Amino acid sequence: MNASVALPPDHAEDLRDTRFTVPAIRCAGCIAKIERELPKLSGVESARVNFSAKRVAIRHAASLDEGDLTLALRTIGFEAQPVSDNPLARDDADTRMLLRAVAVAGFGMMNIMLLSVSVWSGASGTTRDLFHWLSAIIALPVIGYAGRPFFASALMALRYGRTNMDVPISIGVLLATALSLYETVTSGAHAYFESAVMLLFFLLCGRALDATMRTRTRAGIGALLGRMGKSASVLQPDGSSQRVAAEDLEAGMLVLVAAGEALAADGVIEQGEGAVDNAMLTGESTPQSVSVGSEVHAGAINLFGPVQVRLTAVAGDTALAEIARLMDEAGQSRSLYVRIADRASRLYAPVVHSLAVLAFIGWMLAGAGWHQSLVIAIAVLIITCPCAMGLAVPAAQVVASGALIKRGLLVKDGSALERLAEVDVALFDKTGTLTLGTPRPDISALDEDARSVALGLAQASRHPLSKGLADALRSEGVSAAIVEDIDEQSGQGLTGRWEGMAVSIGRPQTDQDGMASELSVGNRRWTLLFNDPIRGDARQTINRLQSLGIESRILSGDARKAVRLVASELGLFAQAGASPQEKLRLLEELKAAGHNPLMVGDGINDGPALAAAHASIAPSTASDASQQAADAVFIGEKLAPVAFAVTIARKTMKIVRQNFKFAIGYNILAIPLALFGLVTPLIAAIAMSVSSLIVVGNSLRLARAGKDQE
Amino acid sequence: MTGLAFLIPIALGMGLLGLAAFFWAMRSGQFDDMDGAAHRILIDEDDE
Repeated sequence: MNASVALPPDHAEDLRDTRFTVPAIRCAGCIAKIERELPKLSGVESARVNFSAKRVAIRHAASLDEGDLTLALRTIGFEAQPVSDNPLARDDADTRMLLRAVAVAGFGMMNIMLLSVSVWSGASGTTRDLFHWLSAIIALPVIGYAGRPFFASALMALRYGRTNMDVPISIGVLLATALSLYETVTSGAHAYFESAVMLLFFLLCGRALDATMRTRTRAGIGALLGRMGKSASVLQPDGSSQRVAAEDLEAGMLVLVAAGEALAADGVIEQGEGAVDNAMLTGESTPQSVSVGSEVHAGAINLFGPVQVRLTAVAGDTALAEIARLMDEAGQSRSLYVRIADRASRLYAPVVHSLAVLAFIGWMLAGAGWHQSLVIAIAVLIITCPCAMGLAVPAAQVVASGALIKRGLLVKDGSALERLAEVDVALFDKTGTLTLGTPRPDISALDEDARSVALGLAQASRHPLSKGLADALRSEGVSAAIVEDIDEQSGQGLTGRWEGMAVSIGRPQTDQDGMASELSVGNRRWTLLFNDPIRGDARQTINRLQSLGIESRILSGDARKAVRLVASELGLFAQAGASPQEKLRLLEELKAAGHNPLMVGDGINDGPALAAAHASIAPSTASDASQQAADAVFIGEKLAPVAFAVTIARKTMKIVRQNFKFAIGYNILAIPLALFGLVTPLIAAIAMSVSSLIVVGNSLRLARAGKDQE
Repeated sequence: MTGLAFLIPIALGMGLLGLAAFFWAMRSGQFDDMDGAAHRILIDEDDE
């Protein structure tokens, strides 16, 4: 089924690969549709869907450009964005490297264990020496390969004068290997190769789990990203136009912005008029009408006919970049957060090291000889940095993130889960967070014909009201009528013909409060009123948070009147009209007062607040930058994942603490045995496997906790 | 004892074979799209 991955490079001269991110791929049908329909287009050789990453790789002739392919995807029903490079490639490579190391360590562990069991069950003399030599031959390359992640990280920590979990691991493994080699060469009775390799194997499993969780959720988030203007058509003095990448634009250039295109820089409209969708910057869903002289900002989407824009600020000077800078600075504080595993190892590592040294000195003083003393010191090192410690955190976090993904919440990494568990105040943005952020019409008055005509018209347009109308109709199960001769007039609406009758959707003839449009089919007319509804389960979610001891507030940049309406409906304290800087300041104040605020928001104006908050969540409809800044992204129209995330995060931390307690309890039992020289390689091997299995088993209980929430 | 001369190389060889198979699978992209593989089984292959 996966056979067509490698494409033959025979006629590669005139063929190229372009990759698109297509967030709407949700089922087998979507895969089949894209992979069957696209190659029917002339110039497209093949299309390959990667479902996990929500990407499509298209192999096509050089004559087709990104625009043609995006259009082709849209005509078969998928919104797509070209991706120039893969920001996830590095992460991906790390995960692969770890998986390879796990495979190598697993191979080594099994084979060495096979030989060790024979030694334990009584092999002696030449046979034992032979088995030790064979073990050494297998173990040395395996440790060299599979141990690299630990050695590299331990070296890094030591270079900066710090210590982490990897330092005792590396020292233990290296010493055990060196001593085992010595034993092998001198025909000793015990070698510890299997302990060293098994330690690496279990620890690598923990690392690989951690990395897999990160790539899986980041792929989901990455699929949602990438809607910003990345290039612009610059008009040359001779009237021709040329595509220029966003970072190469200069102030003073005249650019042509086509309908549906996102602006790549700030500027002033010089020719043309229409409306822009500023949702990315402000989170406000009502389109803003613009004409000659209006200021427009990077990230805004031009809704109607083409306009010419004289650029005033580019790259680092745009309003968007300013907010990005704020976000960057705000995010600094979060990088100071120390993960629980590192906090544990800061206390733990010095104890382990001094115990090992003390054991060595003690046995030397007792006259045991340097060889036996060293063996005991190593046994202490190996047995006290058990795999249980390395697995305690990632095992629980991976299971929890799996449970959360099933409920529509993508958590970026383990540290996000740890921080989510600690929040005690929740701040919500209004538009797009507590509300859906897209205008929804009241369609109860329409009859069946009117509904299908309305969908036929609305789906042809990119105007936010049309999109809202089409979404509402589709969710009612309406199928579109075939409307011919559809024409969209900027600021006026859509017209077309259906069964010979003139049909249209457009601006209402009488002025209405709020957003409205008028549908006409023949002589009949309906006025459709739009509003931005509160998410259906906002109330329950806020109650759930309350019962978890988290107080909720509204923190919005919108006008006071609109915010008060939502606040009174939900019974929340609200602060309206807050600028990004004010939001940031409020968060800093809360933090200074000893609170751990959770920020839930979607607009770019929430970006700095999202980055500064102790933990943050954004809806999947949020702007790219906000999704980048947030710790987690929730999908769908329900707000419930927010409360669910906190519940699961707290359960996870409870399990992690149990795991730690277990690991410490195990040490209290094992350390005296090791100190008195009673730990043979056999005991070490059994203790290690059993403790790891218990920790993993305990973590798996979280999967059930996720189901209990129903 | 002579049995060991056969059995140990066989055991090692089989282990290495498994390892090689895993590396090959990873290199050829078998693990690139785990969720996709689960869905692709549902696609009806015959064109009507």
